[in-house]
Amino acid sequence: MSEHKGVVPGLLKGLATTARTMTRHTSTQEYPDVRPELPPRSRGVIALLAENCTSCMLCARECPDWCIYIDAHKETIPAATPGGRDRQRNVLDRFAIDYSLCMYCGICVEVCPFDALFWSPQFEYAELDIRDLLHEKDRLGGWMDSVPAPAALDSGAADPAEVTAQRAPARPARVIRRSPAGAPE
Amino acid sequence: MSTLEVILRAAGLLAAFLLLPLLVGQTEHKVMAHMQGRLGPMYAGGFHGWAQLVADGAKFVQKEDIVPAAADKRLFRLAPALALIPYLVALAAIPVHPGFAVADLPGGALFVLAATSVGILGTLVAGWASANKYALIGAMRSAAQLIAYELPLALAVASVTLAAGTLSLGGIIEAWKPWWLLWQLPGALVFLVAAVAELQRPPFDMPIADAEIVFGPYTEYTGLRFAFFLLAEYGGIVVMSLLFSTLYLGGWRGPFDDLAGWAWTLLKGFVIALLLIWIRVSWPRLREDQLQRFAWLTLIPLALLQLAVTAVGVVLMGGSS
Ligand code: SF4
Ligand code: SF4
Repeated sequence: MSEHKGVVPGLLKGLATTARTMTRHTSTQEYPDVRPELPPRSRGVIALLAENCTSCMLCARECPDWCIYIDAHKETIPAATPGGRDRQRNVLDRFAIDYSLCMYCGICVEVCPFDALFWSPQFEYAELDIRDLLHEKDRLGGWMDSVPAPAALDSGAADPAEVTAQRAPARPARVIRRSPAGAPE
Repeated sequence: MSTLEVILRAAGLLAAFLLLPLLVGQTEHKVMAHMQGRLGPMYAGGFHGWAQLVADGAKFVQKEDIVPAAADKRLFRLAPALALIPYLVALAAIPVHPGFAVADLPGGALFVLAATSVGILGTLVAGWASANKYALIGAMRSAAQLIAYELPLALAVASVTLAAGTLSLGGIIEAWKPWWLLWQLPGALVFLVAAVAELQRPPFDMPIADAEIVFGPYTEYTGLRFAFFLLAEYGGIVVMSLLFSTLYLGGWRGPFDDLAGWAWTLLKGFVIALLLIWIRVSWPRLREDQLQRFAWLTLIPLALLQLAVTAVGVVLMGGSS
C-alpha cells in the first residue's frame, strides 16, 4: 500500500492480536464482588504488635516523613527480693501512624529490632476525610490478624533459633561454689 | 404520501437515529474492552452494563452547560446541531427494505454524500467558535483532513453508481451482483478508509487527538452539547456502515429478502460497524501529513483506477442498467 514494506503485515498483525485477545479470558478482577488475590507480601498496611514494642522510637526516627507518633512513659517495677534493685520499663501509651503521610517505604518495618511492625495485605481503609487516616494503636493492632504467616524455611535450612533452644537438653541448675574467702571463683 | 405517513416515518427515523448509535456505542464499549483484555461496563442496568450509555446520557444532562466568555456564542451553540443533523438527514435516504427508505430519493447516493460532508462543518464551526487554541488547531486539522478524504470518497461512490447506472441507492442495490464484491473491491477499500477519516476515528482521529490537543474542537464543550458531538460520531458510524453495505454489499439483498430485507440491512451494517471498532482498537493514530500523503499517493490513484476499471467493465458488458 505504501513505500514501506512492513506496513500491511504490521496492520494485519495488529488486527490479529486484538482479535486473539478478545477470545481469551479477561484479566479484570471484579474487585468489590470478588476479593482480589494479593500476593502474601503485598504492602497494604502496617500492623503493630504492641506487646513486642519497647518504645525504642527507632521507627519514629527513621521514618522519612515523620508520620509515626509514639508516646511512652517509664514505670518502676519494685524489686522482687528485698534489698534488690528496682527496675524500670517503658510503657507504650500511644502509637499512631498517619497514613495520609506514609509513603509505604517499609523502613519502619525493616528497622524495628523487636519485630513489632509487620506488613499486612489489608488495603480497605479509605476514609472520606484525610484527617481520619491517622490510625491509633488499637486499629494498628487489629490488622495483626491479617498478617500472613512467615514463609516456610527452605528444606535444607538450619532450624530456627527458638526450635533449637527448645530441643536442647535441660541444663542442670548452676551451682555457685564459693571459695573460703567468700568471693565467687 | 399522507401527512400521517410522513409523521410516522419521521418518528421511526428519529427513534432509529437515537437507538442505533447507542447500540454501536455499547458494542464499542464491550468489544473494545474485551479486545484489550478488560470487561468493560458491568454494573449499569445489571446485566453486563447494558445501560451504561443511558447512564452516561443522564450524567451529561446534569452537567453544567458552559459557554466560554470569549466564544462566538451563537456559533458555539449551533455547532453540535450542525454536526448531528446531517447524519440524521443522511440516514433517511438509506434503503432498509426492498422498496422502502424513509425518503426514497432518485439521487440518493449524491444526497447522502452531500449530507454527510456537511457534518464536518460542525467540527470546523465548533473549533472556530470556541476561542481556544487547541480547538482551533483541531479544526484546522479536520479541515486539512476534509480535503484528503472527500475526493476519494466521491470517486469511490462514483464508481459504484457508474457500475449500477443509477444514482438511486435502491437502484444500486437492485443492480448489485455478488461478483461486484471483487470488481468493486479497490473502491470498497478506498471508501472504507475515507469513511474512517470522515468520521475522525482512529487511526485518523488527528483532529481530536486527545493526547496532543486535549480534545480538539470539542475541548470547550460540556454536558449535553458534548453528548451531541459523541452522538454525531456514533450516528456517523451507523450511516457510514449502512452506506457501505448499501453500496458494496448489496444492502437488503440476501435469502428471503422480501421478508427479512431490513434484517439483512441491519446485519451487514452491524458487521461493518464492528470492523470500524476493530480498526479503532488495533491501529495507532497517524499524523495529519501522513494522511495527506496516503490520500494523494494511494487512495486517489486507487479510486481513479477503480473508476477506469468500472468504466471498462460497463462498456464491455454493453452498458448495464
Ligand atoms: S512505611 Fe515508611 S513512611 Fe510509612 S510509617 Fe513506615 S517508615 Fe514511615
Ligand atoms: S522500632 Fe519497633 S520496638 Fe521500637 S518503637 Fe518502633 S515499633 Fe516499637
